[in-house]
Amino acid sequence: MRRLILIAVPYLWLLALFLVPFVIVLKISLSDTALAIPPYTPTLDLSAGWQGIRDFFAELDFENFVWLTQDDLYWKAYLSSLWIALASTAMTLLVAYPIAYGMARAPEEWRPTLMMLVILPFWTSFLIRVYSWMGILSQEGFLNQFLLWTGVISDPLQILNTNTAVYIGIVYTYLPFMILPIYATLDRLDISLIEAAEDLGCSRASAFWLVTVPLSKNGIIAGCFLVFIPALGEFVIPSLLGGSSTLMIGKVLWEEFFSNRDWPVASAVAVVLLLILVVPIVLFQKNQERQQEAEK
Amino acid sequence: MNRLSWFNTVSLTLGFAFLYIPMVILIIFSFNESKLVTVWAGFSTKWYGELFRDQAFLNAAWVTLKVAVFSSTLATVLGTMAAYVMVRGGRFAGRTLFSGMIYAPLVMPEVITGLSLLLLFIGIGLDRGVFTIVLAHTTFSMCYVSVVVSSRLVTFDRSLEEAALDLGCSPAEAFRLVTLPIIAPAVISGWLLAFTLSLDDLVIASFTAGPSATTLPMKIFSSVRLGVSPKINALSTIMIAIVTVGVITASLITKSSVARQRRAEQEAARAS
Amino acid sequence: MQSSTFEPWNDPEATPLIRFWNVTKKFGDFTAIHDLSLEIFEREFFALLGPSGCGKTTMMRMLAGFEEPTRGTIELAGQDIAHVPPNKRAVNMMFQSYALFPHLTVWDNIAFGLRRDRKPKDEIAARVEEMLKLTRLEKFARRKPDQISGGQRQRVALARSLAKAPKLLLLDEPLGALDAKLRQDTQFELMDIQEKTGTTFVIVTHDQEEAMTVASRIAVMDEGRLMQVDTPDRIYEEPGSVYVADFIGDVNIIEGRATPQGEGSYRIDWAEGQPPLTARSERRLAAGQTCYLAIRPEKVAITADRPADAANAIQGKVHDIAYLGNLSTYHVRLADGQIIKAQTSNRRRIARRQFTWEDTVWLSWTATAGVLLEN
Repeated sequence: MRRLILIAVPYLWLLALFLVPFVIVLKISLSDTALAIPPYTPTLDLSAGWQGIRDFFAELDFENFVWLTQDDLYWKAYLSSLWIALASTAMTLLVAYPIAYGMARAPEEWRPTLMMLVILPFWTSFLIRVYSWMGILSQEGFLNQFLLWTGVISDPLQILNTNTAVYIGIVYTYLPFMILPIYATLDRLDISLIEAAEDLGCSRASAFWLVTVPLSKNGIIAGCFLVFIPALGEFVIPSLLGGSSTLMIGKVLWEEFFSNRDWPVASAVAVVLLLILVVPIVLFQKNQERQQEAEK
Repeated sequence: MNRLSWFNTVSLTLGFAFLYIPMVILIIFSFNESKLVTVWAGFSTKWYGELFRDQAFLNAAWVTLKVAVFSSTLATVLGTMAAYVMVRGGRFAGRTLFSGMIYAPLVMPEVITGLSLLLLFIGIGLDRGVFTIVLAHTTFSMCYVSVVVSSRLVTFDRSLEEAALDLGCSPAEAFRLVTLPIIAPAVISGWLLAFTLSLDDLVIASFTAGPSATTLPMKIFSSVRLGVSPKINALSTIMIAIVTVGVITASLITKSSVARQRRAEQEAARAS
Repeated sequence: MQSSTFEPWNDPEATPLIRFWNVTKKFGDFTAIHDLSLEIFEREFFALLGPSGCGKTTMMRMLAGFEEPTRGTIELAGQDIAHVPPNKRAVNMMFQSYALFPHLTVWDNIAFGLRRDRKPKDEIAARVEEMLKLTRLEKFARRKPDQISGGQRQRVALARSLAKAPKLLLLDEPLGALDAKLRQDTQFELMDIQEKTGTTFVIVTHDQEEAMTVASRIAVMDEGRLMQVDTPDRIYEEPGSVYVADFIGDVNIIEGRATPQGEGSYRIDWAEGQPPLTARSERRLAAGQTCYLAIRPEKVAITADRPADAANAIQGKVHDIAYLGNLSTYHVRLADGQIIKAQTSNRRRIARRQFTWEDTVWLSWTATAGVLLEN
């Protein structure tokens, strides 16, 4: 009995507040837009019994999904989200790897402090961290002031409200997610493996490519998914740092919902985004399981 | 191998500069006299004063705090239960669905979670406000709590519980007297994580808040959309300061407890 | 082979393969190696033996190229190798942890070093097969290191480090991770392989039995200094110091004062009310000098009555008996409380044991049974 309660409480909570809402999103994405609020039909009328359910299914259609393929705003937004997420994941990896490597090779007594310094920004508000770049990247911002002062440029660059700013924002805010899993694998890496490679004739560089990189593969993969998955649906970064030309699906969904008040289309956008995410999420899960197997 | 090579020194220096310079600039310019956040015009704390006189900000902060305390506490209870079910529950119908629902919110885009919850609240005719935000925050942060707690429970030596049962505890007493005290650090960090996630959340709160409640991130977002403002810098500085003090205190507490334990072990070794 | 014995260290003409010249190694303030000189010859199976922290691993890492000496030079085949990086040395190492690459198969692990030399493919394949055969691993070539047993992993590590046919192979506690039975088999296998390939082996170990079994010569180290470099039998029979005598095998140490009696014979006064002992030594000791008589338990005879012709005989009571199966060690307490150990081989069934606890017995040994030491 006690066990039943223990299972039932969190189970029912998640069913009611996680699964049911999704079913609703799915249903609305298959409904027609109407002007009334809630702005969609049909509603499921259970009091009409079996007939009600039949009517309900009869009126569902894929009109909203067809609409997504016809208006090139949407598929462009998906494509550009994918591209931005992919490119910024690659950039985050390039920035994070040397840091993780340096941490793993730092003297033992520094490492807890370095770890704390990487984690600290994670506890700080995400919004504030994104906001902090607005003052740096703007037309009169510090970056432009600095570049003008050094004479690299003669006119201020437009960085804020471009995709470049979005890349910087994503790399900056998701950096800890990339550093930590890579650091974890590098920290576990047995130094004698590198020494063995050198002993067998590897130079420093080739030992790095032949031993260090393959053995940190799991950390790299985990880090890439941890950045890519949230970056794909990112809303705050493109809306604060990106410009009007920055198309990201999270932003489109938000605008569709709050500005156009087109709930069925917003729901359809969400469903498609979720379908796109299923692939990387499943791959990520597989990678985590493999890693756990390996550690056993 | 104990000295850093120049390459590692350079990459660590640049890396940490990249992580911290934006925040340092943010903090410095919260003390700027001028309204321009990019030109230094002398030291002043006037923006802090203005911030504390702004009733809208104070209200939003109060709402955020309420939501965070309620949702993180609720999430900790539910998340710990879920973790216990996941690690110790054994087999039961729908276990796969259950673990799926625990992990899915961790990777779900916030816009989708927010949208779906909003549609639910409208569908069942629930008035949106502080209550709905608490429900939403509890739902996604309980999943984080359960991940943190279950990773501790996995390494928990089950024979401790069995010993408690053997010595006459009921299962509930064994949990309260043995399991809970041992996993307490994980439960506490789960609570802190849930609290931080709630404080931090903009997107889900925007969907589920309704017109009657505004949280601090929502207020910040609507004002920085119009551009940078020194008042937001001041607010950010306060938040960064609180987090920094919190994290450093926490790490000092763990450090000193580890040191204390080591000292005690040494003394015990000497005494024997 | 001209002579039946392999003793290049006694041949003044022989040039050593490895030569340490006054090598000192410091880590910060800590001196790991103190001004050490040592020669190791080709085809030797040389053991560096000592407790942990004695500097034996540092010696090996300097040979491999992972550490540079702070002062002094290290020569390999007449060339100073102090500043040659590890990947440019004709020296390979078998790591204590084996350091097998977990992402590569057994085959690829063995081929790893050969590929670095950009050898032709078929040559690499042939060499890998040869190594697999030598270490009896043919069946496991396609497995990953985590899919084979500890003993097999040990052989992969050996095959990998031998594949490049190094002038010198370094083995860092190569058998430390194996259980006792497997360790003994592997010791003989190592000796076989060393003989077959003719490679010079330098082994680091803290296990004196292992060093005694495999090595042609042993260097006993302590706190960064060489205590003695000699063949296993001489290390055991003629230790140069109390430290070495005590480190290798079981030993009784009796402290006393020496008085020369002529012809290399000494009288040793060692305890009140006990008759003096007699010992022969080639070492010259001054009259009244403090000395230590080191005598192995198996060289001490234990009898019920005083043997008539013994050079040394003392009386005591059986305090403890350690039954080891093939041997028994008797701990005999003397009148002054000192314990002397005597060992007998159990050629009879235990039921017919001659002595038991608290029996009064005589311990005796000859004048040449022990070694007289100064420190």
